[in-house]
Amino acid sequence: MLSQLRTIWEIFKHSFTKLDTVQYPEQKPYLAPRYRGRIVLTRDPDGEERCVACNLCAAVCPVDCIALQKDTREDGTWYPEFFRINFSRCIMCGMCEEACPTYAIQLTPDFEMCEYDRQNMVYEKENLLIDGVGKYPDYNFYRVSGMQTAFKDKGQAKNEAEPIDTKSLLP
Amino acid sequence: MAELKPVLLALAILLGGVGGAAVLTWWERRLLGFWQDRYGPNRIGPFGIGQVVADMIKLLTKDDWVPPFADKVVFIFAPTAIVVAMMMGFAVVPFAPDVVIIDVNIGLLFFLGMTSLAVYSVLLGGLASNNKYALLGGLRSAAQMVSYEVFMGLSLMGIVMITGSFSLVDIVKAQENMWFCFSQALGLLVFLVAGIAESHRLPFDLPEAEHELTAGFHTEYGGMKFAMFMLGEYLGLMLISCMIVTLFFGGWMGPALISHWLPPVVWFGLKVFIVINFFVLLRAAIPRPRYDQLMSLGWKIMLPITLINLVLTGWVLLAMEA
Repeated sequence: MLSQLRTIWEIFKHSFTKLDTVQYPEQKPYLAPRYRGRIVLTRDPDGEERCVACNLCAAVCPVDCIALQKDTREDGTWYPEFFRINFSRCIMCGMCEEACPTYAIQLTPDFEMCEYDRQNMVYEKENLLIDGVGKYPDYNFYRVSGMQTAFKDKGQAKNEAEPIDTKSLLP
Repeated sequence: MAELKPVLLALAILLGGVGGAAVLTWWERRLLGFWQDRYGPNRIGPFGIGQVVADMIKLLTKDDWVPPFADKVVFIFAPTAIVVAMMMGFAVVPFAPDVVIIDVNIGLLFFLGMTSLAVYSVLLGGLASNNKYALLGGLRSAAQMVSYEVFMGLSLMGIVMITGSFSLVDIVKAQENMWFCFSQALGLLVFLVAGIAESHRLPFDLPEAEHELTAGFHTEYGGMKFAMFMLGEYLGLMLISCMIVTLFFGGWMGPALISHWLPPVVWFGLKVFIVINFFVLLRAAIPRPRYDQLMSLGWKIMLPITLINLVLTGWVLLAMEA
């Protein structure tokens, strides 16, 4: 009986406590820069697409919401012919961002993606591409490593050593 | 004009009762929200009071459907019975010295009778639904009502002994010097508990018990028929609150020294409002007891308390006479 009265009193004291509710559309919560929301494709500092269509993001995606097709430019670099993310499936886990070797795919602190038509949740490359570099301002994949292209040979990138001639490595 | 007054008053109470019940649905949800550290419905209109209108539109436009397996006549009759019974109960409530529809000399018995009739609504609704959850809810309601009715009536006999009258106006007048909540504290306790059980509010809402019985006796009801049950429940809440104020907290009389600050009707409304808020607080705070706990609380604790109260009151009255 006493505990019941105490419960009533404890609940009554909540008349004067601060409410926990965040009045969402008017009162936006703070989202950290690394919040995992809508996925974007970024460009390198020169304004080129970072994505090299390696397919790692599509392979790692646990819900298979990413689809892309590789194509090769005239200078030998790779790029995705199409890049499609179905956001009605995406669970914003961020594994694609972790898998990406070129920092191309990144998650942003935006989650307000409501549509009346489900088909509108499927984003194509032109919807995903942004004009900025995202979270890594100075990174350009082909400058620091990567395969042979028209503008650089093997071993000439910033972080690379000259390739080893395996045939000369005789004792 | 004198003959017209009760009619106008009845009309006012009818509108006030229905309107009050509608606003109460919103007010209760807001209060529960605040006590659970959230806002409750606050979107439509100022403070969210437009929620009442939105709910009304929703309920009125719903399909008025009777399940094919139900007993049609009884199924439709049941929800009306509770509203009628509860509305009739308001006929004897004295809101102010002259503001009462009929001041009958059996007012208290009339009130008890009307609340007892309300049990038919719940019971018949449960039976006619032809659904096992509804039937269980109806059964529980019948058992709960029958056992709590006993000492609900008995708890008020102390007041009747002191006042010497069943008329509610006389009972209020007898509290001029001291409210009965002091001299009849045990009676108040028992009547409060029985009143919650009678209007099947939480924590004694076992006939509904949505966690175990889906929705209890109104599982099969929808649209306006469901709304009638809800209306009846909120009318019952208001009626019980009115009766608690009338019987134990001096009715239209304010606290002794500041009584002249406000008109009697306002004092009455204020007190009823506080009691209703207390009922909501109970709902927010106390979990629902098990069915057998409810029964043993009634018969093993509440009934003896009532009898002790009766004996004590009689003894004191005799001692004062001698």
